[in-house]
Amino acid sequence: MASNNPSVPEKFIISKALDRTFFDVYSGYRFILRFFKEVFLPPFEGKEFIKQCYEIGYRSLPLISLTGFITGIVFTKQSRPSLSEFGATSWLPSLISIAVLRALAPLVTALIAAGKVGSNIGAELGSMKVTEQIDAMEVSATNPFKFLVVTRVLATTLMIPILMLYTALVALLGSFLDIHANELTSFVSFSEKAFERITFLDLFSSLLKTLVYGFTIGIVGCYKGFHASQGTEGVGKAANAAVVLSMFLIFVEEIVIVQIINFIR
Amino acid sequence: MERRKDISSVDATNKVISIRGLEKSFGTLAVLRGIDLDVYRGENVVVLGRSGTGKSVLIKIISGLLKADSGTVNVLGNEVDTLSGKELQALRLKIGFSFQNGALYDSMTVRGNLEFPLKRNVRNLSRKQIDSAVEEVLEGVGLAHAVDQMPSGLSGGQRKRIGIARTLILRPEVMLYDEPTAGLDPITSIEINNLINEVQQQYHTSSIIITHDLTCAKTTGNRVAMMLNGTFLHQGTFEEVFSSDDPAVKAFYEYNFIQ
Repeated sequence: MASNNPSVPEKFIISKALDRTFFDVYSGYRFILRFFKEVFLPPFEGKEFIKQCYEIGYRSLPLISLTGFITGIVFTKQSRPSLSEFGATSWLPSLISIAVLRALAPLVTALIAAGKVGSNIGAELGSMKVTEQIDAMEVSATNPFKFLVVTRVLATTLMIPILMLYTALVALLGSFLDIHANELTSFVSFSEKAFERITFLDLFSSLLKTLVYGFTIGIVGCYKGFHASQGTEGVGKAANAAVVLSMFLIFVEEIVIVQIINFIR
Repeated sequence: MERRKDISSVDATNKVISIRGLEKSFGTLAVLRGIDLDVYRGENVVVLGRSGTGKSVLIKIISGLLKADSGTVNVLGNEVDTLSGKELQALRLKIGFSFQNGALYDSMTVRGNLEFPLKRNVRNLSRKQIDSAVEEVLEGVGLAHAVDQMPSGLSGGQRKRIGIARTLILRPEVMLYDEPTAGLDPITSIEINNLINEVQQQYHTSSIIITHDLTCAKTTGNRVAMMLNGTFLHQGTFEEVFSSDDPAVKAFYEYNFIQ
């Protein structure tokens, strides 16, 4: 008789808050282990996975497009005065492309997705939890972890890197329009300068980062939703905690991965 | 309208559920304190009791959603506590669980809700066979017209009916009803009570019905078990239980104004 919700021990070992934190870490660790166990076992929920890719990827495009475009323009405008002091505005395309691909596109995409996708997953699964829909799935001999968690985590892990590439292109487009308007640089010239400094390692590190961010957003959203407490308040808390925790983890992962990449570089 | 139960369909030699010494606590709160219960094939057993006395916990343990602290639960010859994940899934195909609020998947239409367990548990079904199964169970609960509606557009009674239809599509041998008439008006409650009886007759199910509604208990139960403080205070037919002079039973009876 397996229960999905291991209960917090009633007797405190250290203090209520610390015990709760340690319990959450342990419970999260078990949740991740279960994901890696179930992801390779049939049956595979292909239709639900494709549906989630559509929801997470395609439906995020308008917000990602707007954010990426504005990021490109703003970063170009903010960088121009510093470079023009040295008469180096011709370096703008290279500077922008490196900044966008190495840092801005992965972070902007991940933070937008944490807010939009993470909260959506947390609220949806939390709502299913408190209205007993997850229990209903389980008693109808369907594995809710496989149907709800595995599909969503795989979809975020796959779609966030793709969205990052799209964000990078849109940000570069915004940057090009600003540079073209101010420096009259042609598209061909902008492209040559923008991509001449980009290395395979830049692309690889950004894809690696966004794979990790995507997994984080998916697993945190699902974990918080799956463990929502009873009532509508629990749903709100699950959605909120999904966003806050995944954003925090994204920044921690950013620091760690950047250190590793710099070491390799 | 209300119908009294006959016991001709009950096979008193064939236990489908057998529970012994079942205990369950949440933290320091002991909810179940040594429950013993047998349910025979074709029998409807009503578990009556006040809110918060652990009635729903009992059926969640029977279906494997919760783990008991001690005691044994045998369902259709399987010790639920000792089953592997796959064995538990196989057993669950024979158990239908009707949730208090229907627990319909609100991102799917009624058709999607009904097809969901069928597609995942019965392989190689043609589109025609799936449609036919959906149509049959929907007609059985009198909601064939609601097939393409979303759950949000259904009334409380309709949601419960669809919830029951979703379990019936897998042809369960055992039905577990969690507060089937809670929150419903008297007329809809009677319809649900009649539906529970029809399910028993048509699908030859054995059921545990969790309720605090005495009309539901009287109408649907072959036998009633009255729960108080985590144990069964009285078991027997409705008349036997409520002929008791126990103040706790009398208070329950008088509150419901049953004559």
